[in-house]
Amino acid sequence: MSIIVTRMAVAILPWCLAASYCMAQAEPAAPRPAASTLSRPKSATQPVDARGFIRRWLVLEPVPVAGRLTESAVQEALKLAALPDSAQPADGAKVTVNGVTHAWHLLETSNYNLNLYHFAWALSEPTSNVLFWTETAVESPREMPGVRLAIGSNAASRWWLNGEPVIALNDDRQSVIDDGVSRRLTLRKGRNVIRAAIINGGGATDFCARFLDENDKPIHGLNISP
Amino acid sequence: MSRRFLLGRILLCVAGTAALPAHALDGEVLVHDPSTIVLHAGRYYTYGTGNGLPMLTSDDGWTWHRAGSLMSALPGGKAGAEVLARGGNNTWAPDVIHIGDRFFVYYSAPGTQPKSAIGLLVGRTLDPESPDYRWEDGGPVVWSDGVEDSNAIDPGVLLGPDGRLWLTYGSYFGYIRLVELDPKKGQRRYPDRAPVNIAINSEASILIYRDGWYYLLVTHGSCCQGANSTYNIRMGRSRKVIGPYLDNMGVNMIEGGGKLFAASRGRHVGPGHFGLLDLGQGVQKFSLHYEADLDLGGVSVLDIRPLLWRDGWPVAGDNLEAGIYTIESARTGTVLELAVQGFPVGGFRQRRGGPPGSGIAGSGPPPGGPPPEPQFGPPIADQEPAQVVANWSASTDVRLAPAMLQAQQKWVIAPVAGVGGYPGAPFFRIAIAGTERSLTATAGGELSATAFTGAPEQMWRIDQLIDGSYRISPKAVPGTTEALALSAVGSSMPTLTKFDPTSDRQRWLLGAP
Repeated sequence: MSIIVTRMAVAILPWCLAASYCMAQAEPAAPRPAASTLSRPKSATQPVDARGFIRRWLVLEPVPVAGRLTESAVQEALKLAALPDSAQPADGAKVTVNGVTHAWHLLETSNYNLNLYHFAWALSEPTSNVLFWTETAVESPREMPGVRLAIGSNAASRWWLNGEPVIALNDDRQSVIDDGVSRRLTLRKGRNVIRAAIINGGGATDFCARFLDENDKPIHGLNISP
Repeated sequence: MSRRFLLGRILLCVAGTAALPAHALDGEVLVHDPSTIVLHAGRYYTYGTGNGLPMLTSDDGWTWHRAGSLMSALPGGKAGAEVLARGGNNTWAPDVIHIGDRFFVYYSAPGTQPKSAIGLLVGRTLDPESPDYRWEDGGPVVWSDGVEDSNAIDPGVLLGPDGRLWLTYGSYFGYIRLVELDPKKGQRRYPDRAPVNIAINSEASILIYRDGWYYLLVTHGSCCQGANSTYNIRMGRSRKVIGPYLDNMGVNMIEGGGKLFAASRGRHVGPGHFGLLDLGQGVQKFSLHYEADLDLGGVSVLDIRPLLWRDGWPVAGDNLEAGIYTIESARTGTVLELAVQGFPVGGFRQRRGGPPGSGIAGSGPPPGGPPPEPQFGPPIADQEPAQVVANWSASTDVRLAPAMLQAQQKWVIAPVAGVGGYPGAPFFRIAIAGTERSLTATAGGELSATAFTGAPEQMWRIDQLIDGSYRISPKAVPGTTEALALSAVGSSMPTLTKFDPTSDRQRWLLGAP
């Protein structure tokens, strides 16, 4: 998304969009270095961090979409980039979306957020006008009613918990901690699946997520095992 | 004009976006010199000047009823003999305080001023329907002999933070005076000590305390002349209860100083007789009377208004007027909106002023041509709901979003007649302008915007907090009896949670869209 980029980039971006050629993302001459904030997990599960953030996610390689950020455009992007019902996200698994095959990557972020720009750039994949699918699973030690999923996303995003839509952010935005918050939810005892789609127009793109209790305090004691 | 009719007029005015009349309280609110309002056993009480000290009560603080006189429950029905001897047989301007299991009522008993006395009545309940309801004569507390530079009327009592009880009194015959009272008996603690002079030539004095300061509020100007009254409330403050009480410019109130707290405004002339009504949880209000309510023929009426604090001074707030507002979260700076796709004000348009030759509107000719002349465009009209409502989805969800001056962010806040209220104001309906989609509390403590039915979960209490922001609370939430307030969870999610006066989550700013 364009908010974070430099002033020069802000000045150039509209021209790039109009000219419709600079978004082609120059072809890399050689493989790029791995994303500095992302790594492959070394254990089967990982607890949420001290601030309750989920740091382990399955992320699908970016799916090109229009990148416009309104409610109707986000709906169109979700339709265009829809995952088949048979999709079973797993590290290295592949899925065909809109006629193109993409791979899932199991990632662990060293920050509270997962930097999708780092992820896509390192793979020489587009970072603008794209939709990222991401998924993880939260193991809850007990049933927890009255909790809220709280996310930040750059830019628009849609979130589902155990298949139910819980958060919809439609417009261009920075990733802000607890920007989008669900209504009160119940975490099942055991496995709970979070799925999200993050749609980026241009510039940086990332997301973060955690659960909050009834007092808006982060919930600890949850284990993540995508 | 009846209050009901007045409310109807307000609703019509909102619909037409015409100028809005102010409103004071509802019901039988005719009173002069009201005592500090006391909440006792779920009912509000105040007493005023008049034969036997007329009593006004209210179940909700909005609709008031006259309920006889306090002294009708006093043996003999009038002040005790010693009070009559020290002062006279008038009964004016009482004040009430609840300490332990007793109520102390201090009242003015002037004769030919400045020969006056302040008498004490003691009771265990304010509720006339209680079997314990009776008043006992506690005798005179202070008096003025008609010669000295003081007139012993207009008592005001404060129970200080250290448990010490204080009485101020006086009028336009010299000094405003302070004496200490015995909290157990209500009488003077040191009757042989001379009173302390703390201000001069004013009326309706009373002390309040906050954050290490004692504030002395008095009424200046002339009373009892209807719309010709110049009553206005002024104040000074001191670190010590005995003064000196200085105003904002350092002028001692004993030399006539006094920072203005409330003056005539709108349709209300001559505010006087401040009384603190602390509702707890950071919500403070004050009672007063206006010498003349122009909407009621110029009679003296009771009002309750928000009490704010700014730079260490109390500030007279105003009850919310009906109108069209944005509702902005103090936590996030985002505004409450109906969860529908917004449309830019003035319609979609291309970015203006791209690089020359880019083809973007306003980008000018290709390089080599003359530089483009910057130009203003024509004014863009406000977005009216009728322009965009037809394009909205049927969503009843509400959310928080950046303020964009769009129709789904404009809320009509209008009082609802006949459903009661709370201290100072009626319940309000909050609806998207131009639609029937009204803010509604739903089961589980969430929100929606649905057609208005008049259900309690669509009635909203809007209290201005001491910092000037607002607490917005539903009259009822389905499935719970817990008191909840509109709350921002994150930047984009409104919900209902228990009110926390220390947090910005439940503070809202109401502004012009």
